Amino acid sequence: MNKPLRRIAVFCGLLVLALLARDNWLQYVQADTLAEHDKNRRVSIERYAQPRGDIIVDGKAITGSKEAGSGDFKYKRTYKNGPMWSPVTGFASQRIGATQIESIEDGILTGNDDRLFFTRSLDMITGKKKEGGNAVTTLNAAAQKAAYDGLKGRGKGAVAALDPSTGAILALASAPSYDPSTFAGNTNEEAEEFGKLDKDKDQPMLNRALRETYPPGSTFKAVTAAAALEHDLYKDVDAPTESPLPWTLPDSQTPLPNEGDIPCKNASLRNALRVSCNTVFGKIGSDLGKDKMLETAEKFGFNEEQFVPVRSNASVFPKKMDRPQTALSSIGQFETAATPLQMAMVASAIANDGKLMEPYMVSELQAPNLDVIEKHAPKEMSRPLSEENAQKLQDIMETVINDGTGTNAKIDGVTVGGKTGTAQHGVDNSENPYAWFISYAKTDSGSPVAVAVVVEDSKASRDDISGGGLAAPIAKDVMKAVLDSKK
Amino acid sequence: MSSSTTHTSTIGAIGAPSRRNTELALLAFAVVIPLFAYINVGLAIDGELPPGMLGYGCGIGLLAAVGHIVVRKFAPYADPLLLPLATLLNGLGLVVIWRLDQSEKLQALAKAATGSFSPSAPKQLMYSAIGIALFVGVLLLLKDHRVLQRYTYISMVAALVLLLLPLVPGLGMNVFGARIWISVGGFSIQPGEFAKIVIAIFFAGYLMVKRDALALASRRFMGIYLPRGRDLGPIIVVWAMSILILVFETDLGTSLLFFGMFVVMLYVATERTSWIVFGLVMSSVGAVGVATFEPHVQERVDAWLNPFSDAVIASTGSDQIAQSLMAFGSGGVLGTGLGQGHSDLIGFAANSDFILATFGEELGLAGVMAILMIYGLIVERGVRTALAARDPFGKLLAIGLSGAFAIQVFVVSGGVMGLIPLTGMTMPFLANGGSSVIANWALIGILIRISDTARRPAPAPAPNPDAEMTQVVRP
Repeated sequence: MNKPLRRIAVFCGLLVLALLARDNWLQYVQADTLAEHDKNRRVSIERYAQPRGDIIVDGKAITGSKEAGSGDFKYKRTYKNGPMWSPVTGFASQRIGATQIESIEDGILTGNDDRLFFTRSLDMITGKKKEGGNAVTTLNAAAQKAAYDGLKGRGKGAVAALDPSTGAILALASAPSYDPSTFAGNTNEEAEEFGKLDKDKDQPMLNRALRETYPPGSTFKAVTAAAALEHDLYKDVDAPTESPLPWTLPDSQTPLPNEGDIPCKNASLRNALRVSCNTVFGKIGSDLGKDKMLETAEKFGFNEEQFVPVRSNASVFPKKMDRPQTALSSIGQFETAATPLQMAMVASAIANDGKLMEPYMVSELQAPNLDVIEKHAPKEMSRPLSEENAQKLQDIMETVINDGTGTNAKIDGVTVGGKTGTAQHGVDNSENPYAWFISYAKTDSGSPVAVAVVVEDSKASRDDISGGGLAAPIAKDVMKAVLDSKK
Repeated sequence: MSSSTTHTSTIGAIGAPSRRNTELALLAFAVVIPLFAYINVGLAIDGELPPGMLGYGCGIGLLAAVGHIVVRKFAPYADPLLLPLATLLNGLGLVVIWRLDQSEKLQALAKAATGSFSPSAPKQLMYSAIGIALFVGVLLLLKDHRVLQRYTYISMVAALVLLLLPLVPGLGMNVFGARIWISVGGFSIQPGEFAKIVIAIFFAGYLMVKRDALALASRRFMGIYLPRGRDLGPIIVVWAMSILILVFETDLGTSLLFFGMFVVMLYVATERTSWIVFGLVMSSVGAVGVATFEPHVQERVDAWLNPFSDAVIASTGSDQIAQSLMAFGSGGVLGTGLGQGHSDLIGFAANSDFILATFGEELGLAGVMAILMIYGLIVERGVRTALAARDPFGKLLAIGLSGAFAIQVFVVSGGVMGLIPLTGMTMPFLANGGSSVIANWALIGILIRISDTARRPAPAPAPNPDAEMTQVVRP
């Protein structure tokens, strides 16, 4: 009987061998795939097993973590003044996932980033628990508060403010907003809360400062003016332009109207910007032609997504258009559309003597022990206009504030330049227009802040809506907040 | 000359050392390793030495000591590896069961299901003690395994009764889709675990008697030997019984185990490969036949083929296999460390059928390979015992028991690792469950008894008076 016994021994050996082979397949070959499988809760359990690192503004954390109390996930995210900061932070929810900085810098915040490998290995030896690092932002708490408070009373809108010399984002507000704390955990109530926000027709979770493109209206005339100066169409901002009134769109019978009866005939660039002449800037666009307009607009950042590091939508300056459409686009109509961030970039490039800096809002990533892992160095993005032309443009934009449509943004003792805008939208302009305002403040040591504000107020009566009336006061508050914090 | 030079065992009979001290040294390891594992779990979960450390340590130590003393006294020539290997597995099993007792998720699950949670580890320690007691009982009462031959047909009846008990109304319990438990006075027992041993005794006794008839009285047809119809009878009965268990108790594992064990023993008894062919054909026919109309089996196959599919998880109401695979994957090569994994995501069977997944996650590939090698060693020591045994009954019984052990290990771990469809059976010694641990200690007891008989030195040849005479030189 021993021959079959030996065969059975071999058979049993093969059974064990098959198990060993399968185990190697599972735990060596397939290990990573299985460990990171979508259905593998360990990934999220691990992620929430320790307090998440913080997002920091002005040296103070605007986020926090607390023990969830129940369930697999030990800690959940909390937000200080969530609605105000949510366009900056995004959210980190145990059930839904993370967005914006919470998602982009997730590796640092959870402590899983490869760049933390060294500290993590040290901690493993010393037996210290894993911790998350911090993301330090460029934002200015006072400016953000001014921006959000200004928007809150006015329905929908957004504010973006930049430091023109570096591109650092100082404020990024959007209204209506939401509190990411309300669905940070993993309970059914929190999931319902998220569902409600997600379906809300006012879209509180839309980051309007970065992800919504609005027709920029007259604020785009600043870009057109820059194009006129850059392409030598007009050299002297005080010399009369060759602009008839009424002016008919080229290749058509349609006259381009101005808002009201304003002195636009052969108006100088300064005057045309001061009273916001459609005819003058429409003609400039048409005279320069599509290609030159497009060149300048793209130097300002149009037709390109920005990564700050949160992605913004690309603002649009149309690439295909005929002559009348070029004229309309040049006064911010037709298909021209811009994010508030984009218009803040326009203002900041002008304020920074023609140098456009790359916008960013994370200045530093820190390891849990506060060692700096990555520091953002300000970077020049492009030069949409020469220093000389930029200063000419600043000069006439300051007239807009001192003696034009933007007087509401005047700040005592500070040089302010800006441009208002009232953008029509809806089919046949049926809906309330958007009120726009872009501006910058300037001190002896250069410009510390450029800001763009857009307000879509559906409650205000149509005639009350103007960039100067609705948006300029918000911009003023934001600029003041930045100036005050510099003192 | 003595028989020692003529029999074909690889173990020499004369002068074979008893190896009891080897066993003692190995047992010391088998106690110390789980003790360290226990301390490790306590430190990982609570950051301090576990409170019951002394209790469990002494418990396992005492059980090992009792086992060793009884073997030393009553089976001095027994295989020195079987007892330490079984003790090591039992100890590691206890540690992991205790570790899973600490899981808040499993505690909450138990409270939701039954209203209360009671830790499994103390019960398992008690069952291990009963198991060792049965082991001791086997060694004390069974002086010679050949005695069991007398009970061939009684064993058959007993096995049938044990297997059919769960079907008795009021006694059997339907737990999670399989009717393999009975409930007696508050205790639940899985009679199948005991039937495994009893039926091995029946097969061994029956085949020893019939082996010649089965091997020789057959017609050759197309290269294979076809058995006579009347010899086929018992085989058909066993086959039918496996199918019945499968259908009425929906216990895929047990039916596979019995049929596999029977084929192995038939093959060893008759030395005819045709029986294996025959067995494979019959088991395929049975499996395919049952699978076509038994939804429980179909579900198992679906869950095996697509463990991560939402549809399958919804239809079976459980994602255990997916969870188990992810536990193995998350463990990787070295594991997360005892107490630091999340295998409790598997849910209710985490500490029984799926206990290997916890080893996979927390001890990693290295740990699972070690565990599988320990099982492999137990099986191969059993086969070696069969080789060494001098009587056909002992050979058959030993190969039957170790074959069953091997098949059980393969079926359970193969199922848990997604190699084959999942069948509800327990990892011997590791898994939580009284019947399993008690029955397997009895199984080890019988193997030790057979190995003791096999390795015992043959009695010295009687003095030959003639030879003596020739050497006398008388001056």
